[in-house]
Amino acid sequence: MQTRRDFLKVSAGGLLLAGGWRGTELAAGESLGPATLPSGALQSAQLAALPGKLPLIKKSFRPPNFETPVRFFNEAFTPNDAFFVRYHLAAIPQVSRQNWKLAVGGDALDKPFEVTYEDLSRDFEQVEVAAVCMCSGNRRGLSQPHVPGVQWGHGAIGNAKWRGVRLRDLLARAGVRKDALEIVFDGADRGALDKTPDFVKSIPAWKAMDENTLVALEMNGEKLPHWNGFPARVVVPGWTATYWMKHLTSIAATAKPYQGFWMNPAYRIPKGKFPIVDRFVSQETEANTPITEMVVNSLVTNLEEGQKFALGQEITVAGVAWDGGFGIASVDVSEDGGRSWRAAQFAPDLGRFSWRQWSHRFTPQRAGNATFMAKATNRAGATQTLDLIFNPAGYHNNVVQRINIEIT
Amino acid sequence: MRTTFAMLLLAAAPALAQESQLRLGDGPGRSLVEANCVMCHSLDYIPMNSPFLDRKGWEASVNKMIKVMGAPIAEADAQKIIDYLAAQYGK
Repeated sequence: MQTRRDFLKVSAGGLLLAGGWRGTELAAGESLGPATLPSGALQSAQLAALPGKLPLIKKSFRPPNFETPVRFFNEAFTPNDAFFVRYHLAAIPQVSRQNWKLAVGGDALDKPFEVTYEDLSRDFEQVEVAAVCMCSGNRRGLSQPHVPGVQWGHGAIGNAKWRGVRLRDLLARAGVRKDALEIVFDGADRGALDKTPDFVKSIPAWKAMDENTLVALEMNGEKLPHWNGFPARVVVPGWTATYWMKHLTSIAATAKPYQGFWMNPAYRIPKGKFPIVDRFVSQETEANTPITEMVVNSLVTNLEEGQKFALGQEITVAGVAWDGGFGIASVDVSEDGGRSWRAAQFAPDLGRFSWRQWSHRFTPQRAGNATFMAKATNRAGATQTLDLIFNPAGYHNNVVQRINIEIT
Repeated sequence: MRTTFAMLLLAAAPALAQESQLRLGDGPGRSLVEANCVMCHSLDYIPMNSPFLDRKGWEASVNKMIKVMGAPIAEADAQKIIDYLAAQYGK
């Protein structure tokens, strides 16, 4: 059992981390979020370091919700110690590898079993996929009108190489039956109160059987950080992170739609408003449907609102673009507020679930204010919107960014 | 998942001591808000969600905490909490 003394040590460690590591302070011109966040969200945000993490943008201490400063997205893969942290419930145990077990069961399989960490790493093929992990509510704070929830800016997202076991290999070992409709995940975290609905999520059986859907043990070549789901988390490439269960403790195959607060009414989008391809039919209602894949989107990673440049000075704008797994076809950029568009250059393709880095060089020829924009299109032909598609939970905000710069 | 009491103690401990530095705006009902809301979450959730909710919006949030999340808050206290939130953090 942990003593108060141990707790103080851990806490002090967390505070000490904020002292001397790289990334302690904001870079020049960098902010705690876009100016269009609710003013209270900007005022209550601060840089703070969870144990084992760099200082990130604190949205809430408990449960911990921390977003990644945008400058970290100039790297192809987001460092583990800078990766965003998102929890719904505040009782988060430190799971030990020795005591941890994963149960594979449910009413739609024949041979339930339990595995240890060692079983998982030894008895199953280990595969790796590069994939964007993005909170469904990323950019919620930019919704107009504002909607309640964690007021995320741009940083509830990261790109990583996830390594582990195919979920379908576990389900095959358990003798999953044809009548399996959904696969249900539970993790070790829970509410402070017994009455709080446990965070349990399901995905359709067809998505669970996709070769890219994993139970990951590693992230960017290292064990998963505690705050990102150690010892194992679900990875559902292309789909938003609500399904990527952390501290995974059970997988259950069921022949009936899973009923629970976090499936319905939580994490719902209105039907027919977004160009979504992946359906979750067993959970659909007349009015809404669970969020599934990410909509095509992009982010400028090295330009600040109001940044000044000298006339005739070459500017290299960099960014990333991603979607729900079709892959990015093109990124078009505008230096003049959308009057004219040109194709950005791509960095190498890291896979259709990874984001695609892009860049664009230009030399402003006219002094004054200019507006830079970037717009991604995926291989399914979907592109970003110019106007927000409002929805009550603030999901799927892929409005084309407009960044105003000054040429002097 | 089954959780032992010891595990729960460990888990419910704040990850960062900085949480204790959070202060809400002064006004009638503040101590009631502080005593009830911190059972499940840090107080920064309140200013973060401001100032864009009207009284109805805060009422919906408080009711969600009671009816969905199971917060054991008496009806009379809930009204005082809503009053405080609407006055201090309402639009």
